[in-house]
Amino acid sequence: MFNTILLALGITLMYSTPLALAAQGSVMSEASGVVNVGIEGMMTVGAFFGALIGERTGNPWFGFLCGGLAGAVFGLIHAFASVTCRADQTVTGIAMNLVGPGVSLFLCRLFYNGGVQSEPVKNKIPNIFSKNVLKGAASNLNVSWTTLIALLAAIVIWYIFYHTTWGLHIRAVGEHPAAADTLGVNVYKVRYICVIMSGFLAGLGGASMTLSVVSQFSPTAISGQGFIAIAAVIFGKWTPQGGYLAALLFGFFTALVVLLGGTAIPIEILSMLPYIFTIVILVLFVGKAAAPKANGKPYIKGTR
Amino acid sequence: MAEVSNEYAVQMHGITKSFGSFYALTDVNLDVKKGTIHSILGENGAGKSTLMNVLYGLYQADSGRIYLNGKEVSIKNPTAAIENGIGMVHQHFMLVDTFTVTQNIVLGAESTKGGIALDMKKAKANVLELVAKYGLDVNPDALVRDITVGMQQRVEILKALYRGCETLILDEPTAVLTAQEIDDLIKIMKALIKDGKTIIIITHKLKEIQASSDECTIIRRGHYIDTVPVKGVSEDELAEKMVGHAVKLVVEKTPAKPKETVLDIQGLYVKNDQGLDAVKDFNLQVHSGEIVGIAGIDGNGQKELMQAVNNLVPSTKGTIKINGHEIQNHTPRYGQDHGMSIIPEDRHKDGLVLSFSCYENAILEKYRDPKFNPGFTIDRKKMVEFTEKLIKQYDIRPETCGPVYAGALSGGNQQKIIIGREIANDPKLLIAIQPTRGLDVGAIETVHRTLIEERDKGVAVLLISYELDEVMQVSDRIAVMYDGHVQAIFKQGEVDNRQIGLVMAGGSIDGK
Repeated sequence: MFNTILLALGITLMYSTPLALAAQGSVMSEASGVVNVGIEGMMTVGAFFGALIGERTGNPWFGFLCGGLAGAVFGLIHAFASVTCRADQTVTGIAMNLVGPGVSLFLCRLFYNGGVQSEPVKNKIPNIFSKNVLKGAASNLNVSWTTLIALLAAIVIWYIFYHTTWGLHIRAVGEHPAAADTLGVNVYKVRYICVIMSGFLAGLGGASMTLSVVSQFSPTAISGQGFIAIAAVIFGKWTPQGGYLAALLFGFFTALVVLLGGTAIPIEILSMLPYIFTIVILVLFVGKAAAPKANGKPYIKGTR
Repeated sequence: MAEVSNEYAVQMHGITKSFGSFYALTDVNLDVKKGTIHSILGENGAGKSTLMNVLYGLYQADSGRIYLNGKEVSIKNPTAAIENGIGMVHQHFMLVDTFTVTQNIVLGAESTKGGIALDMKKAKANVLELVAKYGLDVNPDALVRDITVGMQQRVEILKALYRGCETLILDEPTAVLTAQEIDDLIKIMKALIKDGKTIIIITHKLKEIQASSDECTIIRRGHYIDTVPVKGVSEDELAEKMVGHAVKLVVEKTPAKPKETVLDIQGLYVKNDQGLDAVKDFNLQVHSGEIVGIAGIDGNGQKELMQAVNNLVPSTKGTIKINGHEIQNHTPRYGQDHGMSIIPEDRHKDGLVLSFSCYENAILEKYRDPKFNPGFTIDRKKMVEFTEKLIKQYDIRPETCGPVYAGALSGGNQQKIIIGREIANDPKLLIAIQPTRGLDVGAIETVHRTLIEERDKGVAVLLISYELDEVMQVSDRIAVMYDGHVQAIFKQGEVDNRQIGLVMAGGSIDGK
């Protein structure tokens, strides 16, 4: 029994890591008032570039960073469209979700002789402890460094949000941009930084999938995790800590699929579980959630 | 125009500002002496706010010069205005609801430990110091969404003081306040003056100018009219300068001749969105040929009462009868069919479809009247004819507005369309909710006159307003609503504003 619990915990932490990083990205963007439904697309490019660079250079850390940067480039595009051009943020986000997988697949065929999968990454991101430090059932808890990075990201963003001037500015811009603007806070600059950071974190989330969970890129490497991350943010009431905990919960649902695999329940049904739980939780709780007031609204100087 | 001198905190000379081909300000002058309260008086759209937005750096003037303390300055943006010691409290507050009072005050000018980490302890101490100095009573740890509108205004003033402002601009500061809060605000303003600050207040309320200001500059249609010391000038004189012709500030009417009961509300209960009883055991009768006014502070159940009478929300107990027919818990159309017409509180949201033409708005609820809709389609000719008649009868401007979308009209003209439309229904009961909100003196006069004309035709009129003066002047009987029920009913002239203010706050008058 104890073994099973530790196993469940280990798998939960593993599968929640991409979700947790992407959820932090979503929190960043939405707290500043820019809806980012393009998280899925940003995760996909992160997953591809993470795998490509990690596999070609043999340095998974460099790949991880490049995955983040690829996501950040997409974040920059989203910021330009939604902040500067005041495009409908949902539509721009959907465009990200179409372009992200498209670009990844195109480049994948280019680099891998027309194949839709990358070569396996030989050096994955290492686990926190070297082999044989944790013995027996406890070895289930020897999770990847990316899991720790996701936790640290949540703590750092929580600290920024509630204990620094930057956080005060970000939240003010998301709630009442005109108030922030009249007090000399540069609304556009804050939103640009937040959306680019959002893409960076989503990219890291995607890269953590291909560099520590599975070890190659395939078109299904990211399949709905971006949307589940957005759901986690809503469930976590748009806070970094809430988003992190909700990501853990959704990660647990994915872990259930693994744990219950091989039992009498068909795998096709099991695979649906994380998505079904996501819908159920959103239906039950979304009514009580409170989004930042200016979320989704482009800011035009001189308006209230 | 006074000579440039350091006796003046603010001098704006020859300010012209245009938006496209429209001149909002033409060669306007303003001279504000240091340490005084200076009012800027003008009707809606006269250019008061534009002038102040130029001073605060939100707009750039086409021409003209600005001097602060005798020195010429150029103010490119609000940040530059703040650096020059100018603070502004906007009419619509610029506060973040989910932040505490202190967070709102320090936003953009935070004290930090090591450059990044917020030092909220120091910020709170600074805020408390200002609170004590000027009597701006407010809890620095409260969330802004939990405090009253009066307190939110103090937070706005504190924001300006925290940034070291010497000249404070208040844009229509009393529009949202209760009588008591207005008294408090005037006290705060006097305390600021004593400390050497200068205050500019934008307003169209003559009474408050008399109560607070030293001098008053009048602007009409973007032109400078005059600057006068407030002492020794009567309200009538100020009003005449503001409007350009003599106006009647007192509503003239003959005594009411009430006849049979038209509206009869008995023991009504209505729940609000939180599921609590907002209207409790409400009883009121309105007779044909009288105007009954409901006075009360916003939030005492007026909104829920009106929604229930209009059948927009269900009532849980009690009856609403029009000429003996029970109409409660039916549809809005049912009330209309029994002779009820409503001038709603929010003309943009509930009164008009702003993107529809004036023609369409004029027959908005008459679309099923066979006169306009003989079969399957609207009879366009009849619709145009009907609207043109309204435009003439109510002097709606511009008179060519028929095919124009309603959103393009000024507030007063929008209200005239609604009033004309509702009165054309030939109602037995006319309900007017805040009918003069945001209108200028001339338009207010028209609305009040129309209500009294309808009364004299034998219509039962129910007026709900948060402007006590309006209720007191127009109504024949005044029902004070407090905590969801009628606290007391008075005949016009029986009590004064002070006494009724006491009842509005839940008190009572001896012998009543």
